Amino acid sequence: MTLLKAEAMIAGYGKTRILNECSIAVDRGEIAVIVGPNGAGKSTAMKAIFGMLPLESGSISLDDKNIEKLSPQDRVAQGMAFVPQTSNVFVSLSVEENLEMGGFIREDDINNTRDQIYSLFPILYEKRKQAAGELSGGQRQQVAVGRALMTEPTLLMLDEPTAGVSPLVMDELFDRIIEVRNTGIAVLMVEQNAKQALEIADTGYVLVSGENRFTDTGEALLADTEVRKTFLGG
Amino acid sequence: MSNDILNALVIISNYILVPGLAYGSQLALGALGITLVYAVLRFSNFAHGDSMAFGAMFTILGTTWLQSKGISLGPLPTALLALPLGIIAAILLCLIMDKLVYQHYRQQKSTPVMFVIASVGVMFITNGLVRFIIGPGDRAFSDGQRFIIKAREFKRMYGLSEGLSIKMTQGLTFVIAIIAMALLFWFLQRTKTGKSMRAYSDNEDLALLSGINPQRVVFITWVIVGTLIAIAGVLYGLDKSFKPFTYFQLLLPMFAAAIVGGIGNPVGAVLGGFIIAFSEIAVTYAYRKFLIYLLPEQYEPDGLMQLLSTDYKFAVSFMILVAVLIWRPTGLLRGKSI
Repeated sequence: MTLLKAEAMIAGYGKTRILNECSIAVDRGEIAVIVGPNGAGKSTAMKAIFGMLPLESGSISLDDKNIEKLSPQDRVAQGMAFVPQTSNVFVSLSVEENLEMGGFIREDDINNTRDQIYSLFPILYEKRKQAAGELSGGQRQQVAVGRALMTEPTLLMLDEPTAGVSPLVMDELFDRIIEVRNTGIAVLMVEQNAKQALEIADTGYVLVSGENRFTDTGEALLADTEVRKTFLGG
Repeated sequence: MSNDILNALVIISNYILVPGLAYGSQLALGALGITLVYAVLRFSNFAHGDSMAFGAMFTILGTTWLQSKGISLGPLPTALLALPLGIIAAILLCLIMDKLVYQHYRQQKSTPVMFVIASVGVMFITNGLVRFIIGPGDRAFSDGQRFIIKAREFKRMYGLSEGLSIKMTQGLTFVIAIIAMALLFWFLQRTKTGKSMRAYSDNEDLALLSGINPQRVVFITWVIVGTLIAIAGVLYGLDKSFKPFTYFQLLLPMFAAAIVGGIGNPVGAVLGGFIIAFSEIAVTYAYRKFLIYLLPEQYEPDGLMQLLSTDYKFAVSFMILVAVLIWRPTGLLRGKSI
């Protein structure tokens, strides 16, 4: 049974249609990556799945429950978590407060979750008293992911988590994302660094003008000559 | 000779330090309210001064009623007993104005300047209400013991020719302001609700993603701001006297305090409050007597040795405000840029 099923999504801004029957699915313990050229609708697909953009048609279900009518906040309560590409931490709050705010809607004790996140991202424990705005780009992204994980989501959505970080930091972030996946969470991410992202992807979606062009395992997409030539620069 | 130095120090304490601490506390409380509204609701609230008059007015009405019943607090001003009434009135005023005015502009996602203009309207309405209910005149409503330390007793005790006097209202202002600020900072730094306010102020979209309810944040902000408004208004009125127009005039030094410290930054508001208060007092004080004690006789000054007449005290906040906006627009403690 697939955790997230987004089928035949059609959506856009005003009259401009960005998504043309785009379909995305992710399962627990899996990483799905959406790649594609600029303007292909990658981020728009994420927004639509998270409910920040209304669908004209199509369906989205999480754990076999229809969620396309829910607000983003309600989707968080259903087990979705979203890490935006920019402004994804509270810069004036300490790392620890960022995590606490991530778990704001939880009524139960959040200390266990917080400790798990600290063991997943040891650097955050070291910097827990520091304001998130003072951290480096890569550390900030870890705070952002940590904040999103505080609700103990079943689906973690990342919008270009490696935008603007060095290749070294990118590798580390991807390692962390694999660890997150290994805890049984479904990970859906949009990536600009297509090659590296597909290397860790269980499923890859290549979007072109809002349509699914290729869908396969990450490995198979990397091996496909047409995909390599057209989208991965040879 | 050493007595001369002590006398000079007493003069400075009596005319600058003590009044500066009291006035600074009042400005700091006012600036805190302004800065909180700016940080969370994202506009400069021009109705702040007149709302202070509104809260103080209800405290005065309560005080008069208590006095007519023969209830008093002994050496402390009766107004302290009536302060909760003023706080409730100020909170209600803030919440009602939010419902009637600001909420509409929030839903429209209006620009900050629209909010500012709307708050000017709220200012005129509040101002009219206050004048209508209690009148435009001066009102002294402080009772109880007048002084904590009297100048004459101080002179006798220490055998100095200069005396230090501390008014009860000055001491109370300082103590209450410190308690109020400590509670506010504890709330913002330590409680989940306080942190959610800071988170909302920091990044509204991310706060929404985290499930922080904006309506609740707005409500709590107005409750805190209303409380600060009433306390600041009453303390100022007790220390000086209550006159609706002076509260409108307080807007400038309070805004200057908030901006100098870094608007949106509560610590900055407190720092700015004291900076503005001490500058105003230090620049308009006549140093003649102070210098007579310190300088050898042949250099004794003839004039008052006053940099600016007290009539110009508002110019001081204005000059500091302009200087900060030119050279450090985010304020001393790096608030948001205006």
